[in-house]
Amino acid sequence: MYELFKNLGSWLTSGAQWAGSDGITHRLAEHLQYSLLATLIAAAIGLPVGLLIGHTGRGAFIAINLASFGRALPTVGLVVLVFLAGGLSMLPVYVALVALAVPSIVTNTYAGMTAVDPDVKDAARGQGMRGHQVMLQVELPLALPLIMTGLRLALIQVVATATIAAYVSFGGLGRYVFDGLAQRDLVQVLGGAVLVAAVAIVLDLALSGLQRLLFRHRPAQTA
Amino acid sequence: MTIDWSWISGHTDDLTTLTISHLQAALTAVLLGLLISLPLSVIAHRIRPLRGFLLGLSNVLFTIPSIAIFVLLLPVSGLTRTTTVIGLTVYTLVVLLRNTVEGLDSVPAKTKEAAKAMGTRPLRTLLTVEFPLALPVIMAGVRIATVMSISLVSVATYIGDGGLGQLFTDGFQRNFPTPVIAGVVLTILLAVVADAALVGVQYLLTPWKRRRA
Repeated sequence: MYELFKNLGSWLTSGAQWAGSDGITHRLAEHLQYSLLATLIAAAIGLPVGLLIGHTGRGAFIAINLASFGRALPTVGLVVLVFLAGGLSMLPVYVALVALAVPSIVTNTYAGMTAVDPDVKDAARGQGMRGHQVMLQVELPLALPLIMTGLRLALIQVVATATIAAYVSFGGLGRYVFDGLAQRDLVQVLGGAVLVAAVAIVLDLALSGLQRLLFRHRPAQTA
Repeated sequence: MTIDWSWISGHTDDLTTLTISHLQAALTAVLLGLLISLPLSVIAHRIRPLRGFLLGLSNVLFTIPSIAIFVLLLPVSGLTRTTTVIGLTVYTLVVLLRNTVEGLDSVPAKTKEAAKAMGTRPLRTLLTVEFPLALPVIMAGVRIATVMSISLVSVATYIGDGGLGQLFTDGFQRNFPTPVIAGVVLTILLAVVADAALVGVQYLLTPWKRRRA
């Protein structure tokens, strides 16, 4: 075990490992690109859906069941399926990652919207706000903490799962995991896993920092 | 993409075997996860400084790709079912630990004080008052962990196990979508049925909730 971690240290710190098209820098950039783009697409789909369902109260059934459906969907199967249907492209990977991320975003946005005090919404309406104004200027800011939790969860899942791009012969940090697996080279697998975990943790911290910035100017909520 | 129904009807035995093996791996992992997370949750709930550490640790484990966890276990437990189960257990811990701690937190302090005032000892309070009251939140965690676990078993196909996941590798290697579709559909069905069964278990375990509703 000690030997493994010593080798991992030299694997991670050797300059040659970071350079070139097989290098960590390049793989890291690919991994970030897959993860961020997939999460952005998922947010572009999930946020409006969650906001509308939470605001109107219509389709709550969908929001609740989407979560458990999304968790049940086997990502490997989905990637292979889209791959067989559409051929070799990044499409299967993005479809699978987006499908993985959308449920967390929709259900958390919905949960955040429904947790907003009805009196506050009534007060906003009483002041003459229209439906969409109430949604965007009152409900959305109040629901933001839970919405951010959903986005962070989605991003962590996507970063960990983007490893799968390497399975259908694309790049990203999953390359090290799958190549290491094929070559029975545990140091490489461990290196890939450590890097993926590091990316997930750093992005999560970044989002939680962003969340704190967004809330800095808001007065404390009273119960 | 068309489904070759004759392949499915010709392989019902295989599909049944794989489904059972799939379910076994997932359920063993959830049970093990529960056995580990219950005592840890009590520690995290009672001892504040350890709470952040335990929850943080489980979150870090969650960020490691599942395929990497399986592969890294190979030197320890080899290409066996044990590897699959340990890997899945790690994932269930994240959800189970967080929900059980939240469940224990949600028990009103006054209820615990009342139990104390009646002379109930701490362990007995935990078993007969706190856990039952925390049960709805704990069960929510068990449901999520079960569904997640069922969906993740297939990742173990890379290390030669993986229940229904083997259908994905098979279909991928032969460029034949039918087993893949069968695998996806069966996995989702399994998750839905297991989830419904857990709702039933929760209904049976919380008789006091029924009367109120």
